[in-house]
Amino acid sequence: MLKEDIGHRTSDIGPKDRPRTSDIGPLLSIDGLRKTFTLHERGMTLSAVVGCSFDVHPGTLTALVGPSGAGKSSVLSCIFRTYRPSAGRIMLTTSDGPVDLASADDRAVLRLRTAHLAFVTQFLRCLPRQPALAVVAEPALLALGKDAAQERAASLLEHLGVPGHLWSLPPATFSGGEKQRVNLARGFCAGAPLLLLDEPTASLDPVSRERVVELISRTRDAGTAIVAVFHDADLVRRLADHTVYLEAAPC
Amino acid sequence: MDEPVLVADGLTRIHGVGCDRCLETTGPLSDTNRCSACGAVVAMADVSFALHPGEILGVMGESGSGKSTLVKVLHGDLAPSAGSAWFTQGDTRHELFALNAAERRSLRDRAMGMVHQNPHLGLNFQVSCGGNVAERLLMAGERRFATIRQRAERLLARMQVPIERMDERPGAFSGGMQQRVQIAKALATDPPLLLLDEVTTGLDVSVQARILDLILELQRETGTAMIVVTHDLGVIRLLAGRTLVMRLGRVVESGLTDQILEDPAHPYTQQLVSAAL
Repeated sequence: MLKEDIGHRTSDIGPKDRPRTSDIGPLLSIDGLRKTFTLHERGMTLSAVVGCSFDVHPGTLTALVGPSGAGKSSVLSCIFRTYRPSAGRIMLTTSDGPVDLASADDRAVLRLRTAHLAFVTQFLRCLPRQPALAVVAEPALLALGKDAAQERAASLLEHLGVPGHLWSLPPATFSGGEKQRVNLARGFCAGAPLLLLDEPTASLDPVSRERVVELISRTRDAGTAIVAVFHDADLVRRLADHTVYLEAAPC
Repeated sequence: MDEPVLVADGLTRIHGVGCDRCLETTGPLSDTNRCSACGAVVAMADVSFALHPGEILGVMGESGSGKSTLVKVLHGDLAPSAGSAWFTQGDTRHELFALNAAERRSLRDRAMGMVHQNPHLGLNFQVSCGGNVAERLLMAGERRFATIRQRAERLLARMQVPIERMDERPGAFSGGMQQRVQIAKALATDPPLLLLDEVTTGLDVSVQARILDLILELQRETGTAMIVVTHDLGVIRLLAGRTLVMRLGRVVESGLTDQILEDPAHPYTQQLVSAAL
């Protein structure tokens, strides 16, 4: 299965990655992350993530692998703080010092989301009724200003093969694959040092998939730290510098 | 770290005389907001939060949650039974409930805009739309007629109210238009704080969408801090970065809006989120 051979890059399989011997410490350091949901109406708890720990360095891609239900997407949601972690620390290195995302206050997290982290979720969630170009450009507006942000957005949409006649239309009416490419373009447009990708190629045809692989590779090589969930073992083989294997919670 | 625009601490409002058992016999755990000992209604109890410049805070709850009471207390329409609030304007920090009536009114006229669900509460229906905006500018101390007229025109145009109709009274407009006029009026003095109380509830959905989009656009242009009170998850999702969930007068949960919607922790929040159509 996935545990055995992971391509030509060095991979550490297991709950903890070994840090690279370099001057640059990890950008992200996760320690003992757990997430349990309490469903009050049904009177039950659901364990989504059981004890996950790993480090992520700039310019590397870490793939989360494991069976369905093992908590891979939940780990990404915890890092982005869409889920409130039940236990553990998520240390992010920022220009103002290290921040524990698991316990940071809401405003600090909102601030970090504007420039330090970006999350491409499985489904496009964006402001409705906005044209696709504006949706993609939005994360870069503050840093680059409107014109430069739209230029970057246009170049990403072009690279991902989203036809120009769609750029002025709201993505709500697009096909699944088109929506996903808008979603990806927006995530990459942010230029954040930490990028979270959840099944980025799931709805895509082979040609689009290759363009996304190229974009991921290029972005990683330029210094972005990436944590990704791929359902495709081949992509893990081709892109992952490290893999982290998540066990499913016991029933 | 920037100064908050508004800090609320332990805000409480009890209708009726109240007694020392009011707080312990009411709230979500008691499933009522009526005190079993004295019959007083605890409309709101122990509400605290901080709102920073440029933020939109959502306050979500159903009927009887206390969300409208909160806004009325902040706006000065109701006095709190307990608690305090500080409003920072420029370099001055005002303790809201320590101000006298005139100071409070002045603060409200200049620095705090409010948009009500019912346009009759926010607009003077005896005066034209342009006149409504002008009234607010006059109360804030503006005296030059040309400035007032120009500003009213600009604001109403920005709210997509047809300029050729600005001398008509609000009664001649649809509900959606009346809300647009209210928003223009509330923003006339460029207040650092805007309170929005169920502003699109009851409007047609297409009208709602346009007004909410406009509010978001305006907020991005002006950086006005806003408190958006609503029972509608969709409004919260669209506008608010952080949200308080209220039930029976108490805040039962607070957090990032996406977190409240995707990872609700409190039983009531979970119920609310799963009930969304």
